[in-house]
Amino acid sequence: MATIYIDNTPFEVPTGKNLLETCLTLGQDVPYFCWHPAMGSIGACRQCAVKVYKDENDTNGKLFMSCMEQVRDGMRISIADPEAKEFRAHVIGWLMTNHPHDCAVCDEGGACHLQDMTVMTGHNYRNYTFDKRTYINQYLGPFLNHEMNRCIQCYRCVRYYKDYAGGKDLDVFAAHNHLYFGRAEDGVLESEFSGNLAEVCPTGVFTDKTLKQHYTRKWDLTMAASVCHHCSLGCNITAGERYGTLRNITNRYNGEVNGYFLCDRGRFGYEHVNSVSRIRKSLVRSNLPEATDKLTALQAAAQAMRQGSVIGIGSPRASLESNFMLKTLVGEDNFHHGVSDTEHDLTELSLKILRESNAPTPSMREVEKADAVFILGEDLTNTAPMLALAVRQAVRQEPLLEQVSKANIPVWQDAAVRELVQTEKGPLFIAAPTITKLDALATQTYFSDPDAIARLGFAVANIIYPKSPGVRGLKNDDMHLAQQIADALMKAKNPVVISGTSSGSEAILKAAANIANALIAKEKEAGIVLTLPASNSMSLAMLGGHRLQSAFEAVENGYADTVIILENDLYRQASEGAVTNFLKSCKKVIVLDYLHNQTTEHADVLLAAGAFSEADGTLINNEGRAQRFYQVHPTIEDIQESWRWLGELGTIVAHDQISWWHGYDDILSAIVKEHPEMKGIEMVTPPSDFRIAGQKIPRAPHRFSGRTAMRANINVSEPKPAEDPDSPLSYTMEGYRGQPPSAMIPFFWAPGWNSNQSVNKYQQEVGGHLKGGDPGIRLIEPNPEHKFSYSAAVPEKFEPMDGHLFILPMHHIFGSEELSAQAAAIQERIPEPYIAINTDDALRMKLDEGQLMPFAIDGNLYQLPVKLSPTIASGTAGLPVGLPGVKFAELPAWAILNRELQWKQQHQTTY
Amino acid sequence: MFSLLRSMWLTFLHAFHKRDTIQYPEQKAILPTRWRGRIVLSRDPDGGERCVACNLCAAACPVDCISLQATEDETGRRYPEFFRINFSRCIFCGYCEEACPTYAIQLVPDFEMGEYNRQNLVYEKKDLLINGQGKYHGYNYYKVAGMAIGGKDKGEAENERPPVDVKSLIP
Repeated sequence: MATIYIDNTPFEVPTGKNLLETCLTLGQDVPYFCWHPAMGSIGACRQCAVKVYKDENDTNGKLFMSCMEQVRDGMRISIADPEAKEFRAHVIGWLMTNHPHDCAVCDEGGACHLQDMTVMTGHNYRNYTFDKRTYINQYLGPFLNHEMNRCIQCYRCVRYYKDYAGGKDLDVFAAHNHLYFGRAEDGVLESEFSGNLAEVCPTGVFTDKTLKQHYTRKWDLTMAASVCHHCSLGCNITAGERYGTLRNITNRYNGEVNGYFLCDRGRFGYEHVNSVSRIRKSLVRSNLPEATDKLTALQAAAQAMRQGSVIGIGSPRASLESNFMLKTLVGEDNFHHGVSDTEHDLTELSLKILRESNAPTPSMREVEKADAVFILGEDLTNTAPMLALAVRQAVRQEPLLEQVSKANIPVWQDAAVRELVQTEKGPLFIAAPTITKLDALATQTYFSDPDAIARLGFAVANIIYPKSPGVRGLKNDDMHLAQQIADALMKAKNPVVISGTSSGSEAILKAAANIANALIAKEKEAGIVLTLPASNSMSLAMLGGHRLQSAFEAVENGYADTVIILENDLYRQASEGAVTNFLKSCKKVIVLDYLHNQTTEHADVLLAAGAFSEADGTLINNEGRAQRFYQVHPTIEDIQESWRWLGELGTIVAHDQISWWHGYDDILSAIVKEHPEMKGIEMVTPPSDFRIAGQKIPRAPHRFSGRTAMRANINVSEPKPAEDPDSPLSYTMEGYRGQPPSAMIPFFWAPGWNSNQSVNKYQQEVGGHLKGGDPGIRLIEPNPEHKFSYSAAVPEKFEPMDGHLFILPMHHIFGSEELSAQAAAIQERIPEPYIAINTDDALRMKLDEGQLMPFAIDGNLYQLPVKLSPTIASGTAGLPVGLPGVKFAELPAWAILNRELQWKQQHQTTY
Repeated sequence: MFSLLRSMWLTFLHAFHKRDTIQYPEQKAILPTRWRGRIVLSRDPDGGERCVACNLCAAACPVDCISLQATEDETGRRYPEFFRINFSRCIFCGYCEEACPTYAIQLVPDFEMGEYNRQNLVYEKKDLLINGQGKYHGYNYYKVAGMAIGGKDKGEAENERPPVDVKSLIP
């Protein structure tokens, strides 16, 4: 700790930080542009100047850029010094000479860092009388809008895009006062993290294009804390609503999970909520008209329940509460996971590994700090994008720890550090079926079939810790690589092993567990991260339940005849024939969902469920962190949370437990009672009767406008504002104005800080944890006492089969996930269906790129254009998962090649 | 006694003064142009809608009686998709006019807005938009803004240089 004097007031501050972040942590307002807590300082904008004095007798002082100055004990500085103030006002005056007169039509307006800083420095009239510089904008794809005139040349965009996120196609062009930030030519930004530019840019050069289509100022949004539903990582988001539709997603800082950034799937996938295929009315098929009111639908469902024997099918994308409610309603024996059998097994295995392993599962923040990473069988950029971004930061760690600490440069001196480190990277090993976007960073990559990857993993574990079973018949090259990986992991202090369910291989997961535990046995601070198939797969695994296949059998064998399907499109979980057969043999099908899909077409009773922004609930992410998402806005008509539908259904059929539950908190305590392992979820957020100074927490900012006019066209008499019985949040701007507990921050705002840079004021220290601790409670902690039993399930070498291909699942960030694939902007980025085969195999089979290849998996016929891949193992092929137009197949699986089909030109549907 | 008579005399003289009372509604009062009455949305000198849907009027409104939604035409010109003022809530404070960066929203000298049905006091854009510039003449926001819209490309606004040639190295 050091003592510094800011305007003669002493403060105790930690050393090693720069002056700017220290001042911001202390709550002082120092303007800045080029500095960003995640990216360090480069001293480019000259905005954060403060006076630094030699000692207490020095009255003149010198101007210093606070972001470039390290905190020293006894330092005396002045922020309020007139000369420093004038300097800052001049700097912003210069930055504004070419800034257009655009605020009224700029999407950043009202949440603009440049506006905030201009007001903070007191610059208000443009003294420069000459003409303004202009630029031609570029088309940057469906996510971002480009308005280059507004640029103030702070370089944050390229520093984020290139240095932080590893993008290649955004750069700075031209020279002196003509700097141009954009692409070499118009085109879609390639990075999967491009959306963050909208938040990184301090002004309106890069803005959210989806927001532009239904533009609303930040002050007019009704916002609530939410959690991303588009992958298993559970990034924290803020969702904003106006006039009944969801308008945008912004980052909600969580120091342990997503930090300052989000991936594009998470940021732009929200539009599925506004999609035309939304279910806005409940339907009862036998009635005419089918669309009906809440009570009729409930009664129809209750009648179906009373008359039949009921089973329930849960969902990995529904909240914990909804799944638990369904499980209680139908009974534990009749509750089935609505996931494919492979997914079921892999998720349960992942949970078992996390529970029994001695290695903890690190949060994303901890992954960023890992000094060696080994990825087995995962294409992280496509299955868990933000984890890929964390790995990108992790490869910087080792050089940072070694070289930079020796060179006596603080790590936040970004430009100097990068100059010193050059292209040096820490150890990262990737073993995957085919190329991934992280390969460029990897020390070594290994492309092979899942069995070979698992064998490599087992070999690594065996080398690290001989008690872990070894692999027989490993090739010399592979043995050598295993040795190299083992050495690198052993050299590291806190290595991380990353694997997951996306490769569809149990052996890979077991190998990863062996490595992590072997490292723990060697007293390394190792961690294991496993990605899961969907946002709430973990909840489902923790709740327990039967397979989907047994649900099919239960109906087939006459054990049950009525099914309740919760937020799940079964056609994405099992083969078309099986699902259709199942749904047809059910007497009554009750479906709760928010998007129309193939399953809802078969529903006899369809209940309109709330999408993530219209529901309260809890998600448990891949590390076992339970996080609450809040309803963002009151729902129209009869849309309500699935758990509420099921609760009302339970009350009508007089279920002996459910009838006694009144509201959200009762469900949470019931979950904890039923599943002691989930103890703590009731503390994720304060209970619904929580109040600060007797007041609720407002979802809308205090400047929220139009309250007496927005509904006046329907009726000039304003209705009473909607009430939220499930949370301590109010739907209006009335309520407590200070900072709420961290888990329920509806939006970031502080006086003078309208942009999301105001998050500084919510953190314990800048870039650290939120005040009151980061949201979410981890439910799974490793047990060091437990003796881990090393898996000996080493697979045999993969043998290709003649006339067959072993089809591996290929995931795509845009398209593979069900919900985001319904969002308009994401849809523009979804790739065309294909089948990826090895170049040599293709040569042998006389297939060319783009040619249609017919094949059959499990009796289902496919005919897809060939995509040649030099890296995918011979005898295997990659089939994209979940893309529109690609039928479900339980992958990995053998496909029978049937060239006859193509020659005879049989009539066949093309998928 | 004298003062009593004097007062009566003065009062009597008033019978011959010019009347302050006017025979409203047969006779209309002449209101100053700065009178804060009915709110209108004006057009720019080229006949385009002045309102760019920036939401500042709505934010400034102390009774929150303005609501609107921004949208864009195919050339990028922003305008309100709907613009609604609930005059049954309006207090005619004029803050919206002060907040407006484009002179679009103006309070005009007209107060005859009485209605029997309160619902009729909800004015939509078609009720608000006038075919003229209102009190402020000559101003066209898009002529000074940096955004390109139909008929005004980049670098064609007032006080703007032609767009930068990114490939040039000449200072």
